[in-house]
Amino acid sequence: MTDGLQVTLEFGGGAELLFGNIKKHEVTLPVDDTPWTIRSLLTWMKDNLLKERPELFIQGDTVRPGILVLVNDADWELLGELDYKIESKDTILFISTLHGG
Amino acid sequence: MPVLCSSKCGKNAILKRPKTGDALCKDCFFWAFETEVHSTIISGNLFKRGDTVAVAASGGKDSTVLAYVLKVLNERHDYGLNLVLLSIDEGITGYRDDSLETVKQNRDDYQMPLKILSYEELFGWTMDAIVAQIGRKNNCTFCGVFRRQALDKGATQLGVNCVATGHNADDLAETVLMNILRGDIARLQRCTSIITESETEGTIPRVKPLKYTYEKEIVMYAYFKRLVYFSTECVFAPNAYRGHARAFLKDLEKIRPSVIMDIIHSGESLQVKDNVKLPVRTQCSRCGSVSSQELCKACVLLEGLNRGLPKLGIGKSSLANRARDQQDAEKKEKVICDF
Repeated sequence: MTDGLQVTLEFGGGAELLFGNIKKHEVTLPVDDTPWTIRSLLTWMKDNLLKERPELFIQGDTVRPGILVLVNDADWELLGELDYKIESKDTILFISTLHGG
Repeated sequence: MPVLCSSKCGKNAILKRPKTGDALCKDCFFWAFETEVHSTIISGNLFKRGDTVAVAASGGKDSTVLAYVLKVLNERHDYGLNLVLLSIDEGITGYRDDSLETVKQNRDDYQMPLKILSYEELFGWTMDAIVAQIGRKNNCTFCGVFRRQALDKGATQLGVNCVATGHNADDLAETVLMNILRGDIARLQRCTSIITESETEGTIPRVKPLKYTYEKEIVMYAYFKRLVYFSTECVFAPNAYRGHARAFLKDLEKIRPSVIMDIIHSGESLQVKDNVKLPVRTQCSRCGSVSSQELCKACVLLEGLNRGLPKLGIGKSSLANRARDQQDAEKKEKVICDF
């Protein structure tokens, strides 16, 4: 085991409330043979980072509909969504749209 | 592998538009977003030159984006509007007091005058006090009914020509679904109109410039423009019924993004036969607001609070009348005994 995959996870629009009210997390993902995707990242986040009410963030194997995901400031819908292969130093942002005014 | 902008400008796309499926770069997205709101404003004849328009501002994403984009378009297309911010302080500690700070930030950033009206000064009750009396059930009914009237009163005090609200396409589709599920044909017929009809003299019209704007794009616009908005859920129980409609709609949208526009379109196309009896909208005999009953909902709810019968405005009006009569009778009896 050498050093893992370093990524920045950011939260906005209220999603940060589910992650200890911290908007920016620098994390290191353990590296093995299978490359990291957003799919496996979500599972990791659920087990390691998510502090409360997981059903407000995860639904099935993906994010709850209404949560926007941006990878390096680009909409994940352009990048293959769950199958996007995470690279070192990526910034992945989760914005909740579910909070009203 | 970056995706290129659909407009062939050569830049990398940052967003997939839910409405069209287009991939757009930041600048082309800003342009498309603003142009669509402009075209909604023009084709709906929402404003007249010289109008004073109050933006109903909560500090949330929709009203923050609305205030910003109206300012941009007013300058770019020379609408000749005088824009002001109107906020309602429901008196919810830990929620509205914080979000009003965001509105004050908007006031300074966008250089718009701000008027804040509170439930306490208008009705003599804060939401905190109401919840202390009625508990956490039905409190959203009080809040919603009072907010509607508070905005009307604020608009009258400010002497504005119309009130612009931040209702977006997702909100409208939700409302259509909710009115279908509730079987509320009167509301179903009018909930999609872009300008609320001023059937009653002296009512200030409300307009929805973001009516065709998807929530996803509003949030993306706010993010890429670095607009500051407030995004904490209300500390009281969220509106459960709307929550169900919303979750259902988000699931549908995942499968077919155009569903939002489709539902709005269905709502707009709906026509009720002339021979269907709909409630006639008149004026409340107590406060003069628009109402389909002798007393408007806000006055009934307020009377319930002040009489210590908070259920008065919840449920059937016949039950309310009975409770009111009973209390009056009891009081009378007590007065007789006292003598």
